Amino acid sequence: MPANRFNGQTEYGVGIGLRVPHYSHILSKKPTVDWFEIISENFMVEGGRPLELLDTILEQYRVVQHGVSMYFGSADKPDRAHLRRLKNLVKRTNTPWLSDHLCWGSVDGSYTHDLLPMPYTFAAARRTAQKIRQIRDFLEVPICVENVSSYAEFHASEMTEWEFLTEVVEIADCGILLDVNNIYVSSKNHDFNPYDYVNNIPHQRVGQMHIAGHTKFEKYILDTHDHPVLDPVWKLYAHATRLCGVTATLLEWDDKIPSFDEVHNEALKANEFIDGAKKAAM
Amino acid sequence: MKAPPKHAPKRIASTADLRKFQRLMATAVMRPLTAQDGLQPRWIDGRSMEKVAAEFVKPNDRLSSFERLQLYNRMYWFRLFDAIRDDCPGLIAALGERAFDRLAQAYIEKRPSRSFTLRDLCSRLERFIVDNPRLTAPRTALAAEVARFEWAQTVAFDGESRPVLPAEILARTQPSRLRLAIQPYVTLLDLKYPIDSYMIRVKRRDTLRSEASNTPGAASHAGRRRRRAALPGRARTFVAVHRLDNRLFYKRLDPAAFRVLSALSRGATLTVAVAAAGPRVIPARVRQWFKVWMALGWFCERGNKARGRAS
Repeated sequence: MPANRFNGQTEYGVGIGLRVPHYSHILSKKPTVDWFEIISENFMVEGGRPLELLDTILEQYRVVQHGVSMYFGSADKPDRAHLRRLKNLVKRTNTPWLSDHLCWGSVDGSYTHDLLPMPYTFAAARRTAQKIRQIRDFLEVPICVENVSSYAEFHASEMTEWEFLTEVVEIADCGILLDVNNIYVSSKNHDFNPYDYVNNIPHQRVGQMHIAGHTKFEKYILDTHDHPVLDPVWKLYAHATRLCGVTATLLEWDDKIPSFDEVHNEALKANEFIDGAKKAAM
Repeated sequence: MKAPPKHAPKRIASTADLRKFQRLMATAVMRPLTAQDGLQPRWIDGRSMEKVAAEFVKPNDRLSSFERLQLYNRMYWFRLFDAIRDDCPGLIAALGERAFDRLAQAYIEKRPSRSFTLRDLCSRLERFIVDNPRLTAPRTALAAEVARFEWAQTVAFDGESRPVLPAEILARTQPSRLRLAIQPYVTLLDLKYPIDSYMIRVKRRDTLRSEASNTPGAASHAGRRRRRAALPGRARTFVAVHRLDNRLFYKRLDPAAFRVLSALSRGATLTVAVAAAGPRVIPARVRQWFKVWMALGWFCERGNKARGRAS
């Protein structure tokens, strides 16, 4: 949806991730970029260069926070100290919404630093949704949860991934960060039709989309974020955009990062599909 | 992390079931890799890992349950190895690749991350080296100091900065009542080896290697083949690792100056701290030190966390 309560009623266009190799280009050339997505954890520090850089970026650009360690799906309770740090950053960036993943990654306070897939059960959905509500109430900012790419499925699952995502966001009454590349990667790893996934989620809850590149191996696909976006992912993105409307879109490129212009130009290809969706809607 | 259940829950119908499931999978993901970078063939109780994985991970027509779990096991270790290597170039250079890898594996296995951020991964490494001297023998003392120094760099890079204490407060408060705090990002180090000059050599060598190649990825490849840097001989050294204008600096300290700063960081009054310099230090010299430290912005008001760190 162009603007909804899950993305703070904003109409952001195409953005890219703020990454270290591009800092000097951004600061010196001040390129026109609609918005930057920052990894919250990189700036949940107490001083020094990271915060100085962030403040400089905030003077000139719109920034949205994306997290990798909230672990909505972990059985552990939310960590209050972590939430306080995150809230301080939310106040600093004035992010209109905040996203993190529908996954788990820590247990009993030990961290894997990975985005591990959930068992898709009703009890897990209820627990996850309860945590999302608690966290949103504390942070006082809309939350969008992102579907992750995965390489394993579990016997305990009681539903499909898209049914689980829907169950969680409906109970939590939160938004979706729809990662189209992750859907594609998981569809190949788990043999489902990615269009079934996109067709069967609550489109009105999508507040943002992610696109990215991946790497094919003989027996599986890895979500590597080190390539341009592949054609099947663009097609799926075009389909999702037709269903969900023109939505804030972000290209993730996190490894083997090329020049700023190359990353930005790759992201801007999304505009072709956005224009197509606009025409189709007229 | 608490012990995993003997068997995976067949149904996940409660948060308690979810926690059991997550303990089981996290234990599997975080177990050390085999020498061939694979998932261990036996579970912690000696059962076949194939069977344990099959209890909770579905296979598909291309990958077994074991192989699917192995993907996560590998990604965990590769990610944490990359992070610890990024933070420890000095330790790699001091120990050599193989010894460092042994240390890193033992550390990650015995002290799994307890923080949401990999930034904190090496916060307990010095203690671990001291507690497990066999892993770094015969260079344990040097390795522990390099680890302490590299952690001090992390703190100096993004540690908390408190408002600098205004000069007028210093001027108008009785020295016998004045207690200064040192910025949390400043770490005072009392070292048996000149680690500051050693770290400069390591960084210079790595920079030169990186500049000498024009092939993409050459820097990281060169990093993999790092040789030991010339190791420093013993020489007691006092250093403050700090930042100025958000750039990292090492500042050598006179032993008497170190005593003054350490006393301040412990909460001593200015009078007591200055006395720690000893009778042979003339007042003009102490005034000069304070002038420099104030110019560097090292002094701040005392707060809950604003205690200088001397070690």
